[in-house]
Amino acid sequence: MGYRILVFVKQVPDTQNITGDAMTPEGTVNRAALPAIFNPEDLNALELALELKDRYDAEVIVATMGMPAAAEVLRQSLYRGADRAVLITDRALAGADTLATSYTLHCCVKALGNIDLVLCGRQAIDGDTAQVGPQIAEKLKWPQICYVEEVRSLENGRITAKRTIEGGYEVLSSPLPCLLTVVDANSPRPMHARRIMKYKRAATASELQKRDPENADAAIAALAADGLLIEERNAASLGADPGRIGFPGSPTKVKQVMSVVLTAGEVKQVPATEAGIGELMHELISDHTLG
Amino acid sequence: MDETTRGNVWVFIEQEAGSVANVSLELVCKGRELADRLGVRLEAVLLGNGVSGICDSLFSYGCDKVILCEDPALEPFTVLPFAKIIMRLIQERHPNILLFGATFKGRELAPRVASEKLAGLTADCTDLKIDDFEDKRNNKSYTDKLMQIRPAFGGNIIATIVNTWDDPQMVTVRPGVMKLGTPDPNRHGEIERIQANLDPTDLVIQVIERVRADKEVDLQAAQIIVAGGYGVGSKENFSLIRDLAQAIGGEVGASRAAVDAGWIDHDHQIGQTGVTVRPRLYIACGISGAIQHRAGMAESKKIIAINTDPGAPIFSCAHYGIVGDLNVVIPQMIKAFKAKH
Repeated sequence: MGYRILVFVKQVPDTQNITGDAMTPEGTVNRAALPAIFNPEDLNALELALELKDRYDAEVIVATMGMPAAAEVLRQSLYRGADRAVLITDRALAGADTLATSYTLHCCVKALGNIDLVLCGRQAIDGDTAQVGPQIAEKLKWPQICYVEEVRSLENGRITAKRTIEGGYEVLSSPLPCLLTVVDANSPRPMHARRIMKYKRAATASELQKRDPENADAAIAALAADGLLIEERNAASLGADPGRIGFPGSPTKVKQVMSVVLTAGEVKQVPATEAGIGELMHELISDHTLG
Repeated sequence: MDETTRGNVWVFIEQEAGSVANVSLELVCKGRELADRLGVRLEAVLLGNGVSGICDSLFSYGCDKVILCEDPALEPFTVLPFAKIIMRLIQERHPNILLFGATFKGRELAPRVASEKLAGLTADCTDLKIDDFEDKRNNKSYTDKLMQIRPAFGGNIIATIVNTWDDPQMVTVRPGVMKLGTPDPNRHGEIERIQANLDPTDLVIQVIERVRADKEVDLQAAQIIVAGGYGVGSKENFSLIRDLAQAIGGEVGASRAAVDAGWIDHDHQIGQTGVTVRPRLYIACGISGAIQHRAGMAESKKIIAINTDPGAPIFSCAHYGIVGDLNVVIPQMIKAFKAKH
């Protein structure tokens, strides 16, 4: 019997390229104003899952929670080799902090059923918290191995993995099912040309609905027949408790957000000459900065 | 349990082979300040085996009490037994605030505990203070809450987060950002020993191999740092940075770009994904000063920036700006220092 591996991925704003209208007046992120990308370490998690599929008999399912447009990272996962894709989208999920997000994603693991391994990127570049992975594991009452670099073996109901620790590494063995968070230690494979040809038409029902409302039903049926319909789940279909998702399920509130502005402080210009540098070093020695 | 066991400030003490992590001492100092502000006690939670020697140091930095659990199953660190014991302590004693270091261990342990307790958790804080909070959306007000201040969104914003649910208010805090106070060796406290009481289910993860060494560089303790960035140009040319550091008695740091280029080891990386430093003198050589780098060094007492581009963002946080070629400027600095010293 093959392993069932679930990879959670996230579409994130590219925080390296911030523009002025990226923040709303309420202090939340205006995702529409930024280019959306596949969270980098989630690509490492997907790569690890696909490597396991190459080595063992395994099915790789990719799921994401996000706006309808997040279906794009699912298509990119299918291009790289994922077998199945699930989009979790629902207005009721908006405003979720890490606790509410991990609750929702743990509902997804349960709803899909019989999952042996959950893989997540260590952290997403929009929040950098690294909290969702361990919180999903706790909610499932599963063991976790964080900061995984590579999987050594998957056998006899146990996984053995090498992971980063402060100043070195550890090799840990855990029973399945287990959750791993994955760091940037492998090279994600490129998208496969033949798979792009096959999956570029893959879409969710709501994408088809939006594209052509009148003929949506026929289009959905046609895609489903070709095995190209990306599954959509909402909070109810995951069996999630409405009080534990989105804004109501989030204990942390944002009180205030401030942009980090470059304050033009007092910079003393030092001429790049022997005299200028000499004077600077003299000043630093005199005030005991250098010593 | 008498009333003084509730509502206290707790610090999770991280240790490796019986030696306490710097960040834990920094958190004890910050925790003392928070506990005094709230009029409660500061307690440390110390788990491991053969670690009781750390207690005196914890008292000297300001702890009133150490809750100590020693058990062979707690070495080396694995997340499940640690989470189990901390969770049980929280349920028994209801601390108001619980601080963890934002280290490899802290960042996998704290979310596991917060998830089980259904508590809010804010990652990688760079400042903490006590203040009131008006939740306008839900029309509720809260007094004396922990303001959890952290960079977000790749360091482009600073957010203040408040946990509005029941205790504890949990955070992880970046190493190197909280000031280490002066220890008072005459300060003493109480040690309370507790039992681990673990189940086999807490011990399902086996450590097969463990290889670690203390870092060769201790940037956080360094008073002088000379750091090189992409502008250094090559691995060979990084020797210039080392030469200057050696001449003036500093440590070598680097930006992410220089580390990613393979010119220097990750242990030297300063910034959002490296270490946070606040030395007496920071010399940034060929570093453009992306926000992720500035987040890790902008609090340095004196900053000298050397860059060929006068528009480089690093100049905005520098005290001294040298627009010029580091290949010329650095040898001049070494020469001038040796001449005057």
